[in-house]
Amino acid sequence: MTPAAIAVRLEGLRRTFGDLTAVDGIDLEVRAGEIYGFLGPNGAGKSTVVRMLTTLLAPSGGRAWVGGLDVQQSPDAVRLVIGVALQEAGLDANMTGREILVTQGRLFGLARAQIDARIEELAPILDMRALDRLVGTYSGGMARRLDLAAALMHNPSVLFLDEPTTGLDPPGRLRVWEEVRRLNREVGLTLFLTTQYLEEADELADRVGIINAGRLVAEGTPTELKRSIGTDVVTAIVDGDPAIAKAVLDEVDGLDSVDVFGDEIRVSTGNGSRALSPVALALAGAGVHVRELSLRTPTLDDVFLDVTGTHLEGGST
Amino acid sequence: MTGTAEIRARKATFVEDVWAIARRSIRQLPRDLPTVVPALMIPLFFLVVNIGSLQSAAAFTSIQISYKAFQLPVAIVFAVTGVSRAPALVLDIQNGYFDRLMTTPVSRRALLLGHMLADFVLVVALIVPVLSLGFVIGVRFPTGPFGVAAFILIGASWGLAYTGIPYAIALKTGNPGAVNSSFLLFFPFAFLTTAYLPIENMTGWLGAIAGYNPVTYLLAGLRSLFVSWQWGELGKALLAIVGLAAVSQTLSFRALQGRVQQK
Repeated sequence: MTPAAIAVRLEGLRRTFGDLTAVDGIDLEVRAGEIYGFLGPNGAGKSTVVRMLTTLLAPSGGRAWVGGLDVQQSPDAVRLVIGVALQEAGLDANMTGREILVTQGRLFGLARAQIDARIEELAPILDMRALDRLVGTYSGGMARRLDLAAALMHNPSVLFLDEPTTGLDPPGRLRVWEEVRRLNREVGLTLFLTTQYLEEADELADRVGIINAGRLVAEGTPTELKRSIGTDVVTAIVDGDPAIAKAVLDEVDGLDSVDVFGDEIRVSTGNGSRALSPVALALAGAGVHVRELSLRTPTLDDVFLDVTGTHLEGGST
Repeated sequence: MTGTAEIRARKATFVEDVWAIARRSIRQLPRDLPTVVPALMIPLFFLVVNIGSLQSAAAFTSIQISYKAFQLPVAIVFAVTGVSRAPALVLDIQNGYFDRLMTTPVSRRALLLGHMLADFVLVVALIVPVLSLGFVIGVRFPTGPFGVAAFILIGASWGLAYTGIPYAIALKTGNPGAVNSSFLLFFPFAFLTTAYLPIENMTGWLGAIAGYNPVTYLLAGLRSLFVSWQWGELGKALLAIVGLAAVSQTLSFRALQGRVQQK
């Protein structure tokens, strides 16, 4: 792949805060025009990576390029090609929406006519009727969309969205998803999106990088990642010693793998509906009390569980 | 929908950056009246009370001008010292807007200079009503309209020179409480000076301290405009302002450098 086709590149990127290693040698590439989902729990290092890529924080080691530009050697040039919407919408409650957009445009050297034209173009994102109201009167969703519009004022080629839907209600989240898809589809914008929501990464991202404790632990398309677990997953929550349940299930034919995570037994198989009965019968025959038995297709949480031994959502097993 | 080809981001010039930040800051001034009004009420109160309580005692001092004129510069200094957009800057740091600015190619020095431009507008806006009250109670400028202009300019320059202190605290701490208390740093300068009496009428130790206090020379310069154009007094006042600015703005720009550095 040519360098021009790589929008974001990290080589051994590290960041420490005193004794704490927040980002521990990450290598990754994001192709131009791609939506890259950076998935991980709170404190995994997602925001630290974004702050380094957006020139807000210096790496402790390694290198990073955005739009082919070294973030440490050419920070101003990087700032011209990126748009940034950080986790907390960076808005001044004492300004109107329009004032925020105009100030943003001016700081990127746009003339007033260009700024006005750009605001018109961004109207689908904005609540135009509220544009001349103080931001302090906005709802959370309106503020998020204004934040997104401000990040797009100067027509960037790479957009960083740090947990863009955290704190939004489901309709608000769907609206942001739709805008992200549209920006990518219509403008070819490269998006680097961090999220702690599995569904968000699954729905939006062309490729997903899973980060845990500052390390990239898995990467691929959502389909590839889920396929690595198997076609179907049978999950049994059991009482008593799960090792007994695993020993019993290891003897059942047609199962690809049996893994234990706390009181949860996860069975990967190519045909879940066919495996469900033998699994239930084997556990019952061994006297294992099953509290819950379910059949489903793999999720990114299964991938996360597989590589970290911990659920992404709902705490550790 | 988005992404027209003719929209090309560029690094704005330094002047454009300063003006963009200043416009935003000036526009917010009327929205921050709750912080501006006390800054106006305090000097008006002191002006009235000081004149009312000390005017008759002034006959026993070496004051060469009316006590009203003697007190007016004190009220001006109270009005303009410590007033700045530093609390707004702290809010920017706390609500993430400062980070938004940091992801733009804006000149980092413009972030401070833009606010200071707004501060200049603010301190002039504070001087005018205090000065107007002075006119109402009978203070006059033998130096004419240019004397009035010089009086406003010197007062505003002092206020601007002092802004470095609250900005340094704002950028260093990001704490609104610390910024609000920065005015307290001015108290020794405000009272260990010729606020109430000329230096020759002070007791020994106070007079000695007042001799080292830049506010003494500022007040002398402002008061001289009620007599005639006394270039020596004005020069010393300007030196006091330059000295304060050199210290306070060095602190503020160092604090800015520390804040914007990619740590």
